[in-house]
Amino acid sequence: MAARTLTMVKALNESLRKAMEDDPKVLVMGEDVGRLGGVFRVTDGLQKDFGEDRVTDTPLAESGIVGTAIGLALRGYRPVAEIQFDGFVFPAANQIITQLAKMHARSLGKVRLPVVVRMPYGGGIGAIEHHSESPEAYFAHTAGLRVVTPSNAADAYWMLQQSIRSADPVIFLEPKRRYWERADVDVDEMPLPLHQARVARAGTDLTLLAYGPMVRLCLDAAEAAREDGRDLEVVDLRSISPIDFDTIQASVRKTRRLVVVHEAPVFLGPGSEIAARITERCFYHLESPVLRVGGYHSPYPSSRLEEEYLPTIDRVLDTVDRAFAF
Amino acid sequence: MTANGTAAREGTEPALVRLLSPEGTRVPHDEYSIDLTPEQLRGLYRDMVLTRRFDGEAVSLQRQGEMGLWVSALGQEAAQIGSGRAARDTDYIFPSYREHGVAWCRGVDPLTLMGMFRGVNHGGWDPNTNNFHLYTIVIGPVTLHATGYAMGVAKDGADMAVLSYFGDGGSSQGDVSEALNFAAVNNAPIVFICQNNGWAISTPIEKQTRVPIYQRAAGFGFPGVRVDGNDVLAMMAVTRAALEHARGGNGPFLIEALTYRMAPHATSDDPTRYRFAEEEAEWRLKDPIARLRAYLVNEAWADDAYLAAIEAEADALAKRVRDGLRSMPDPEPTAFFDHVYAEQHPLVDEERAEFTRYLAGFEEGH
Ligand SMILES: Cc1ncc(C[n+]2csc(CCOP(=O)(O)OP(=O)(O)O)c2C)c(N)n1
Ligand SMILES: [Mg+2]
Repeated sequence: MAARTLTMVKALNESLRKAMEDDPKVLVMGEDVGRLGGVFRVTDGLQKDFGEDRVTDTPLAESGIVGTAIGLALRGYRPVAEIQFDGFVFPAANQIITQLAKMHARSLGKVRLPVVVRMPYGGGIGAIEHHSESPEAYFAHTAGLRVVTPSNAADAYWMLQQSIRSADPVIFLEPKRRYWERADVDVDEMPLPLHQARVARAGTDLTLLAYGPMVRLCLDAAEAAREDGRDLEVVDLRSISPIDFDTIQASVRKTRRLVVVHEAPVFLGPGSEIAARITERCFYHLESPVLRVGGYHSPYPSSRLEEEYLPTIDRVLDTVDRAFAF
Repeated sequence: MTANGTAAREGTEPALVRLLSPEGTRVPHDEYSIDLTPEQLRGLYRDMVLTRRFDGEAVSLQRQGEMGLWVSALGQEAAQIGSGRAARDTDYIFPSYREHGVAWCRGVDPLTLMGMFRGVNHGGWDPNTNNFHLYTIVIGPVTLHATGYAMGVAKDGADMAVLSYFGDGGSSQGDVSEALNFAAVNNAPIVFICQNNGWAISTPIEKQTRVPIYQRAAGFGFPGVRVDGNDVLAMMAVTRAALEHARGGNGPFLIEALTYRMAPHATSDDPTRYRFAEEEAEWRLKDPIARLRAYLVNEAWADDAYLAAIEAEADALAKRVRDGLRSMPDPEPTAFFDHVYAEQHPLVDEERAEFTRYLAGFEEGH
């Protein structure tokens, strides 16, 4: 089948549909996922086609959603639980961190929990409080969870397929500001392994490392940097736990400079871990310290200030300048 | 739809308290009564009309791009004004996020509410100015804050009570059940008001609960009453009694206000995807404002001149809100660093300095 141009929302929708067709144990559950099709329409039409038994509007309780998803998984189902917005995952934090993440280890490998917890995340859409959070570091900090995030529709389709098939729990973060961007999706093409990073743009002078919503921004920044005569490489991390350090290392050994960009706060964000490990792996190759661009040590601001708070092309280029000034 | 599910929605239970019929005639009730002067009744009418007007104006302003989002309280004016006006100034109120009518009763300016939905801050008002806590977008946690506050009130022996609002959807949150239990166990002076407006976004009440929400109180060990939430008199009478009960050291009380969300969940929502226009039409016949107006007019307590004067006041309020919102300034670009901590924090200082330098670089023609 030829590639088709889909929005990320449509790609996720088709991916869920395919997973439900392939495996009768796959369930979709969450607030307003049924008749409404989710507030972003990711589950549009699924309840109509698969019935309320497989696509369930839950009561309004995130702890209940994840807790019962765990129970369903114990019973042999593969639940795909939707959390309506990033900021509302915290009522489920106890279930995710103390239960979902640890059951496999506690049972000495006897119990597997193939649960996917999907949620839109990140800012840039002018939303009200708690609708623009980037909670990936909390989850990546918890052993037992896999944490992934697509940056485009094709990855969204395939990474969701792979996440649903995973034997481990997966936190699946969807960059909501990219939901309506289109990309060619080939549903027959063999994808990259779920946790492998991808060079999104080859370059020679510096590596911009990003994931989810910031990949597009970094590609645009790399275009802009051409005017300054700089050829930037952009690596799309795709997976935040585990992290594909080999791909990053190969890129950095080539370019000798690394700037990590994410919306999450810089302080103890994924960029911190990446900076530490890459410094260790590439110490003698680096021309500058690993630099980071991200959110500040402040609650996510009200929408009138989010452009100030979030990384922009200008802030990325400013940091690129700093990397070249070392 | 199961029989139980139906019970969760409709006011067919004998326990429903109603003092004013949808046609605007007084209905006697064994336990609850209210005696208001024509002046006081007109006051409630005015509150409801003005609330509806600024709320409707907010919807228009959102459409014009002046706010990111607005959540309309259309149809819930009686539940909010009746309960809000039942509280004394000294009582303390913890709203959810749709209680614009209650905010109005407390003297919180509509523009203050709208600032939050415009995105200039996350609320920002001082809760202690009007004994009206900030709106809380995350559903559930604030009912525990209200309960803790009430526990403090009891420890202090203060002559006041707490009002805590949540929705039918909110009733499913663990925090809400914990709040009901903590309140009961501590005999806290708190009145919970669940505005059961039938819907949590697209999720109907039948999918939240199998028993009427007011009945939960019994399981926790305190009284619960179901009220016609579109009847401002019943709401006021029951809330007054419940607050008396709480202030008198008798512990918590739960009021379930049966009402209806006449508007979309929020300006971003499309209810045609999940509910029928017939249901909205049915509830339009139970409109809280039309009901009180009919009563006032029938009793000759309001004439055309009075009604016109209120409309004129509503127009003026709408204009003030419109002008005020359009000219509401954006915060300073570094404002998000301002209140992260109460005490000095070096990381915030460092990041603020770095960001300020970065912004200055632009001014110098970066
Ligand atoms: C913890 C949490 N989960 C999800 C949401 C998203 N959300 C916002 S309003 C809403 C429905 C609330 O319904 P209800 O409690 O009945 O209040 P209503 O909107 O009807 O006033 C949902 C699911 C949220 N705000 N908080
Ligand atoms: Mg509701």
